[in-house]
Amino acid sequence: MTYLAKPKLLAADAPRNALGYTRRDYEGAISTLCAGCGHDSISASVVQACFDLDIEPHKVAKLSGIGCSSKTPDYFLGNSHGFNSVHGRMPSVLTGAALANRNLLYLGVSGDGDSASIGIGQFAHAMRRGVNMTYIVENNGVYGLTKGQFSATADKGSKSKKGVVNRDNPIDLATLALQLGATYVARSFSGDKEQLVPLIKGALRHGGPAFIDVISPCVTFNNHAGSTKSYDYVREHNAAVNRVDVILPKAQIEASYPPGSLRRVVQHDGSILHLRKVSVDYDPADRIGAMNYLQERQALGEIVTGLLYVDSSGQDMHANLNTVEKALNQLGDAYLCPGSKALEALNATLR
Amino acid sequence: MKPTDISNPGYLHKVVDCQWACPAHTPVPEYIRQIAAGDFSAAYMLNWQSNVFPGILGRVCDRPCEPACRRGRVDAEPVAICRLKRVAADFKDDIRDRLPKPPAKKNGKRIACIGGGPASLTVARDLAVQGYQVTVFDSGSSPGGMMRSQIPKFRLPDSVIDEECGYVEELGVELRRNHWIGSLREVLAGDWDAVFVGTGAPRGRDANLPGRNQAAAHVHIGIDWLANVAFGHVTAIGKRVIVLGGGNTAMDCCRSARRLGGEDVRVVVRSGFEEMKASPWEKEDALHEGIPIHNYLVQKAFTHANGRLTGVLFEKVRAEYDDQGRRSLVPTGEPDVHMECDDVLIAIGQENAFPWIERDIGVEFDRSGMPVLDTQTLQSTLPRVFFGGDAALGPKNIITAVAQGHEAAISIDLFCRGLPLTQRPAPTMNLVSQKMGIHEWSYDNKVSEEARRKVPVKAIEEALKDIKSEFELGYDFKLACAETARCLNCDVATVFKPKLCIECDACVDICPTECITFTQNGEDEDLRGRLKAPAKNRDQALYLAEGLKTGRVMVKDENVCLHCGMCAERCPTGAWDMQKFELNLAYAGEAVESPRSVCSLSPAGAKASPGAAVREA
Repeated sequence: MTYLAKPKLLAADAPRNALGYTRRDYEGAISTLCAGCGHDSISASVVQACFDLDIEPHKVAKLSGIGCSSKTPDYFLGNSHGFNSVHGRMPSVLTGAALANRNLLYLGVSGDGDSASIGIGQFAHAMRRGVNMTYIVENNGVYGLTKGQFSATADKGSKSKKGVVNRDNPIDLATLALQLGATYVARSFSGDKEQLVPLIKGALRHGGPAFIDVISPCVTFNNHAGSTKSYDYVREHNAAVNRVDVILPKAQIEASYPPGSLRRVVQHDGSILHLRKVSVDYDPADRIGAMNYLQERQALGEIVTGLLYVDSSGQDMHANLNTVEKALNQLGDAYLCPGSKALEALNATLR
Repeated sequence: MKPTDISNPGYLHKVVDCQWACPAHTPVPEYIRQIAAGDFSAAYMLNWQSNVFPGILGRVCDRPCEPACRRGRVDAEPVAICRLKRVAADFKDDIRDRLPKPPAKKNGKRIACIGGGPASLTVARDLAVQGYQVTVFDSGSSPGGMMRSQIPKFRLPDSVIDEECGYVEELGVELRRNHWIGSLREVLAGDWDAVFVGTGAPRGRDANLPGRNQAAAHVHIGIDWLANVAFGHVTAIGKRVIVLGGGNTAMDCCRSARRLGGEDVRVVVRSGFEEMKASPWEKEDALHEGIPIHNYLVQKAFTHANGRLTGVLFEKVRAEYDDQGRRSLVPTGEPDVHMECDDVLIAIGQENAFPWIERDIGVEFDRSGMPVLDTQTLQSTLPRVFFGGDAALGPKNIITAVAQGHEAAISIDLFCRGLPLTQRPAPTMNLVSQKMGIHEWSYDNKVSEEARRKVPVKAIEEALKDIKSEFELGYDFKLACAETARCLNCDVATVFKPKLCIECDACVDICPTECITFTQNGEDEDLRGRLKAPAKNRDQALYLAEGLKTGRVMVKDENVCLHCGMCAERCPTGAWDMQKFELNLAYAGEAVESPRSVCSLSPAGAKASPGAAVREA
């Protein structure tokens, strides 16, 4: 960490996006996390993704719970809406916000403790309900804020910094998300922005429940030999199934790919995901296959990364509940409170 | 691309843009920090070592450092380096006890310096401290050369010139005042071990146009007129004055004319305003004093009546550029412009003149009348005769003259020791970590975002009354402190140790100007295009380090690095460190251990010096 605010001085020719913003305009306060924390790279990736997608910062709501990861929304999108909720309760607060105003882009940021331990119930139901959000878990396998105890995602057999071996079984949030109905499921690594940034971009443009499990090494408590979430271990065991390019609707496609190596997925909003094959013939449209593949590889000690599953035909919570298009704060008193006669008429239909 | 060798002094020196651009390589960031610490005397001495005339240069330097200043690439204006130098000179204590003492035992070598300007005095200083017996011949009653004769007193008071030339004289340099040298042959007969010619470019170019002779009484050559003003021979000028020319001499002429009774003073220039040779700040000062500048007018004739100048006739032109970007001035065809005036000052250039050097004594001259020199050693075709300053390679500026003085002194020293002149003493470097604690550095790494401070000046009415009253008041201590904070400390280098790096990207994410990238290696041109922020400024180096676990390389674009140290503060393993780079330039008298093979005098002296000794802390 550093105590100084980042100087605002910038080269005159610093890149700007379609809105005229620089990457710096998507940053937030200076991070107070430990130097070298993977979470800071995820924050930088969110900044890059929003910059690339020309997102208007005031159209984003970022919500989080408690933990190192849940502090990070303070460090990016300084001009967006934010809500730092109770431990493990980000999904329900976000669901409520989404119901009240569906016109914002919802970004939930959580950690392995916040989502897999205290908040696992909330996580499960947000996925189940199909809340239109990007749910990022910054997964380091330890409770960093309380000095590095194993979290619920720590692999069985992995060692703590003091040499204690973890005896409990890990929760795999990506597998859970697949099972519970998320329509965009990915896993990535904070140390591989080339993979992570496009995955975040794809999720932000997905238009349904999108979940990204990002392995994010805790430099202070979980970056030693014996850890399965250290920089070195993840780099050695990373088994990427594909590489994603996000193509916006109006953009011209310039890249060419060898035949058979590319899969195109058109999302709700017209954005196109180009999935480049890496090694195996992986089918990201096959949900059951994806779950099997994850289990298989996990048993071999590999960390499967990439876009694991995408279904662009799925319906989200608003479609399921047939909610009103307009934000509640735009509807006006007369519409929201139609009066006692309307209530009586409603009651009459239920008698 | 090959990994960068930062143990080569040339690499990190180039990162310190101001120091690199300064012909004398003054360690700018270091003296600015000393000023910030209130140690003005130390700041003065650091300057004195490099540039000999800190008080003079702090007022009138051409400041090549400022256009080069990194701050100018990330902010509206560069650091006011030049005026901070003046602060060191203004606020220092008596520094006499810090000056080197002339050696009690002389080495028996006698050196003659002809001309008492900045180049000669630099040679004299560098050699006197080495035990040489130096004699400076000057035609004037006081030393200083063009600094005294051409620069108006309202910019550079005599007291400053007296003080700083005095320091050189006190080193045991013999100064022969009012001594006109009429023949180099006679000088050479005087049994000198070496002779240095630093006689400047003393001849102002004339405009030989119709009417020149008839109007001669009121048409003056700029630099001659300035000298006459400086020495009090001229104390008045007509009410309407036209200054021809667009260089700094023209600016001095017009501002002097304003102070000697000129009410309607105007500058007329052939070129456009932007292309004028005068420094932007000098143009600004002229405009500030109510002097209009007329562009794209070429003088055609002096008009006169009854043997007296009545004005100047100008042809209107416009600039046209060919495919190669070369400019030509083409008449617009519009009617000529006539401007009435009482006096004309011609400031359209300066030329060298060596009528006193006989052409048969072995000093060869080229077709343009310039001495044939080795541009590195400044030695003429007569081995014991050396040139420097405007006399050597044509008119430049004071700081270039000083730099050439240093080089010539090294050459003369090598020559007198019987050593080859091309094997020159090499600079050395020192690199010291500035880390004091987790987030503490021994330099102030917080980057100021404040604007450049204006130097207080006298009110115009006041300033125009007296040609000897100094126009600029200089920074006071508070303003100086605020301005020092704007320095980015480019000499505190970012040093990367790949072996310690875990490739966590923390430095990439925190860098405020996005200058760090981890990627696959490639050729320079290819790499520049695929960095986090494309490296478009090709004058600035890429710092490349290999040896990372993933096989990638770390590439840092030096262009807009703020030297804020955030990469080092964020680095969990100490792979990045902030280390102060100190360049120890070689001066006359230094031992030649590992010779400096390449040295160019312009634009910025010592280039990469492969064999340089490195002392890493």
